[in-house]
Amino acid sequence: MDFFGIDIPSYGWQTVLGSAISGVFLGSIYALVALGLTLIYGVLHIINFAHGALLMLAMYAVFYLWHFFGIDPYLAMLIVVPGGFLFGYGLQRMVIGKASHGKDEIILLVTLGVSIVIENAALFFFSATERSVRVPYDLDGIDLGVTFVVYPELAALGGSLLVTLALWLFMSRTDTGKAIRAVARERQGARLVGINVDHIFAVTFGIGTACVAVAASLLVPTYAVHPQVGYLFVLIAFTVVVLGGMGSFVGALVGGFLIGITEQLGRLYMGESLGVITISVIFIVVLLFRPTGLFGQRSG
Amino acid sequence: MSDRTRLVGWAVLLAVLAMAPLFISSGRWIDFLEMTLFVAVLGQGWNILGGYGGQYSFGHAVFFGTGAYIQALLQFKFGWSPWITLWFAVGGAALVGSFVGYLSFRYGLRGSYFALITLAFSEAFHVLSRSFPAITEGGRGVQLPLNQDAAQAISSFQFNFAGPFLSAYGFYYTIFALLVLAYAVTWWMEHSRFGAQLVAVRENEEAAEALGIDAFRVKLGAICLSAAISASAGVYYVQKYLFIEPGIAYGPAKSVEALFAPIIGGLGTVIGPLLGSFFIHGVGEMTKDMIGQVLADRPGVDLILFGVILICVLAFLPRGLAGLLEALWKRIAAGRNA
Repeated sequence: MDFFGIDIPSYGWQTVLGSAISGVFLGSIYALVALGLTLIYGVLHIINFAHGALLMLAMYAVFYLWHFFGIDPYLAMLIVVPGGFLFGYGLQRMVIGKASHGKDEIILLVTLGVSIVIENAALFFFSATERSVRVPYDLDGIDLGVTFVVYPELAALGGSLLVTLALWLFMSRTDTGKAIRAVARERQGARLVGINVDHIFAVTFGIGTACVAVAASLLVPTYAVHPQVGYLFVLIAFTVVVLGGMGSFVGALVGGFLIGITEQLGRLYMGESLGVITISVIFIVVLLFRPTGLFGQRSG
Repeated sequence: MSDRTRLVGWAVLLAVLAMAPLFISSGRWIDFLEMTLFVAVLGQGWNILGGYGGQYSFGHAVFFGTGAYIQALLQFKFGWSPWITLWFAVGGAALVGSFVGYLSFRYGLRGSYFALITLAFSEAFHVLSRSFPAITEGGRGVQLPLNQDAAQAISSFQFNFAGPFLSAYGFYYTIFALLVLAYAVTWWMEHSRFGAQLVAVRENEEAAEALGIDAFRVKLGAICLSAAISASAGVYYVQKYLFIEPGIAYGPAKSVEALFAPIIGGLGTVIGPLLGSFFIHGVGEMTKDMIGQVLADRPGVDLILFGVILICVLAFLPRGLAGLLEALWKRIAAGRNA
């Protein structure tokens, strides 16, 4: 078939299945990045535009821990996850919360400002060179017949499932999780029963950033790091969050898989360049026709 | 400040800008002024929708880029005169604006959601412009032929070989003329019924509708006007650099540039984008002088500063530099009357 000069090929089922399976693994990475974003949205009702920049920063942290100290990217989690939490906590408490006067659009602009500062600071200090980690196991994996899966991809899939489960347990079982949900539901009421709302906001932002740090550790073995890598993920993460339903963890997971599969099939049928457009198109269509997403409650 | 004082101020400011080439001989400073005015025009496009209409777009590159691509492609493919293609560029971008606006506003997207959908549209156009080489020349971009014949400088809208005066100042006066036009239109809009309705929709859409204002139509009008002005900046860009490619046209840089100036200068004011543009580029040049060319040549320095300025203005100056000037002026006026 021919579509404006672009061939739409036909493939056997093995190729399509292989592509869909690699889409699942790609999607688990998207889900990992989107989990923190959906948590921050669910509670703070803000769209954190700096999410991608924070991911990029965490990826650099993982890279340099490996580069200078030889720390394995997965072990680096022990350092970057607490670090991410503290960074996110401080960022919300000292910059975003202070500068935004509690107005949604202003928060969006402040987080845009934060992302520009972080991205260009990375460009300044680390330069635009792509950097990647070489680990001994990054090419080993399992042959599924229709496609080959490397261990880092399996780790990302497992990681996304574990993080979803951990977030769900945390939100439903712990006191802090309950306080976060209380603040999400009724800010004023939460304050009246003695919850420190500013603290909970910052904690939520911190946890969201810690999720990004987990994602970074799982990403670095398969993804090169460069200052713009966060921007590539921003629109994808927002698409996943909107598709899954703002604030829903299961939604982020399912949304991630759907987007990953769609993108891979899009690439297969429409080519590397045009295939990526599926993400923007899904995003626009969902925002217009089903802004609550697949699993979301009515959004405000 | 009364309208009369403002008009006098504008007349002085524009006269100074018009005569600037008389005082400035260094190419570096003319480049600085051109860049500043270019961002001021782009920013005014954003300001009409974002400042007056309260609809913050994160993807204004979609209008800049469409204007630039139409301007470049109609000349490149069909050899049309740039003076004819520019109407198509501006009109085509307004059409894209009405398309984006129709979908977004018809389905009631506001605030952050509107910001995100404009970003998605600019990304979609980015991918499209890269993926159809038969139409857009793909990732290579469109390179327009350089006109070296001085006699055709005006008809080809290229001043590189147009004699000493035009080759030095031709593009400065081009962007200056665009600035005057865009700011006059904004001034007119601010004083028109349409502008009042747009501000009413920004302040409270439900209340505005209750008063009989068709919010959908008002916002649609604003996005078309906004797109047209942003596209005019795209036309200037193509004529000056004779080149456009997907990253420049639809990448995030232009979307961000478009919103910096009006937010820092003062949202919903005519002078805001110009003030903001002068401020950030002035600060950018000063830091280059201060920290030396060695460090400043590394990319990223100016944008780090712009980001910090943006956050500080949002935190401490909600009405931007224009609000600050207004407050100062009031204090001076009060002191004089006392």
